Amino acid sequence: MTCPPAALFLRDLALARSGGAGLGVVFFLLVVTLTPFAVGPDLALLGRIGPAILWLGALLATLLGLDRLLQADHEDGGLDLIFLAPAPFELMIGAKILAHWTTTCLPLVIAAPLFGMMLDVGPETTLRVALALLVGTPALACLGTVGAALTVGLRRGGLLAPVLILPLSVPVLIFGVAACDPGRDVTGPMSALVGLALVYGVLGPIAAGATLRLLRE
Amino acid sequence: MILLGRFAAVRDDGFCVKTDLMGILSPVAALANPARFSAFAVRILPWLAGATALAIGYGLYLGLAVAPADYQQGETVRIMFLHVPAAWLAMMGYSIMAVASLGVLIWRHPLADVAAKVATPLGAAFTFLALATGSLWGKPMWGTYWVWDARLTSFLILFLMYLGLMALRSAIDEPSRAAKACAILTLVGSINIPIIKFSVDWWNTLHQPASVMKMGGPAMDPSILTPLLVNAIGFTLLFVTLHLAGMRTELARRRLRTMRLTAARAPRLAPEPAE
Repeated sequence: MTCPPAALFLRDLALARSGGAGLGVVFFLLVVTLTPFAVGPDLALLGRIGPAILWLGALLATLLGLDRLLQADHEDGGLDLIFLAPAPFELMIGAKILAHWTTTCLPLVIAAPLFGMMLDVGPETTLRVALALLVGTPALACLGTVGAALTVGLRRGGLLAPVLILPLSVPVLIFGVAACDPGRDVTGPMSALVGLALVYGVLGPIAAGATLRLLRE
Repeated sequence: MILLGRFAAVRDDGFCVKTDLMGILSPVAALANPARFSAFAVRILPWLAGATALAIGYGLYLGLAVAPADYQQGETVRIMFLHVPAAWLAMMGYSIMAVASLGVLIWRHPLADVAAKVATPLGAAFTFLALATGSLWGKPMWGTYWVWDARLTSFLILFLMYLGLMALRSAIDEPSRAAKACAILTLVGSINIPIIKFSVDWWNTLHQPASVMKMGGPAMDPSILTPLLVNAIGFTLLFVTLHLAGMRTELARRRLRTMRLTAARAPRLAPEPAE
């Protein structure tokens, strides 16, 4: 393999395939299943708050893989090898984020229309939810990686990373849910969501890379 | 050769600029020494504490006794004299932490992390105070203690960010690691704060009609503005006093930690007497 980021991406995909990659979708399904027990089985109500439930479930499900995202590489020394790779460290982290998004977030995007149907969200809104998730989850993956980098090597890192990251993900949630609104022109929120994904797409690898670099010293 | 000469000139130039800057900054640079800083803090703290007591005392007298009640809000308007300074200090606390974090990461200033660490719980406390007074003010104004108003919601998220920073700090045992991790999180947060503020404002206008309360308005009467400013100055002095005192305590705590570590590492000079 001549391109180190691509090699890292393929390695992370292979690792995810061999161990529990579908767990996030099961968790997502559980959140969707629990909601009717909490608010009642009224389909009209569920259809109205459906996009919000789907977004909350997906947001929480993206947090699941974070504790192992960098921790496993930190424990077996893989992170040191990534650091020594003949490619910019931030690019390698970007490849890791991309692999994390492909294995954790992309299944959620694909599952969202099905779960939307269960909540009686209309077909047009369901498509909008899937599209908004497709645009918004990369931003969440980037933020999550910053949290994982900050807590790498800590005993309580698994719980700490979500506490650090969730307040920062408020804008993604706001514009993500707004971009699903059936009764309105969604180009505004959708553009804001794309903008957020681009900003965090740059900020995430740089901040996570800087964290790991500083903590190595 | 030309290139080399040019490089040297630039380096020389850069060096000159640097020394000039050090000349201007020498009082600040001198305070980088923790012992000298502590001595300075001890000398200035009583004066700061006195000024704080005077300013807050005068401000509260003006606010509670002299300022007239608002024609619409009645006596409850006086909560503002506590609420607005607290909100201002909540934001100032984060700004201090952001600047100190730059100091940690770029200049590796020895006091920067101490300043950032002490400012975190202080900022969190003032954010909580702003939220609590805002909520108490909301009861007579909105008829309920909590409204998902844009300002309150933004401050709630700021409060959660403060709590996250404190949790990260307490989870890392080694001070230098904690310093770097918290500095990065603070800077990531400071990039995010404008985005969060904007998106929460936008979300609020999406879901609610115009805000119930327009604070300030075009012109604030001097009878209200003067006590507000005096209180703002008083509480800022309170923040500075607490911050300096906290930094002094933190420096002592760090010195104690170093001494304990040194003592633990040092080999025993005399063997234990056999019994």
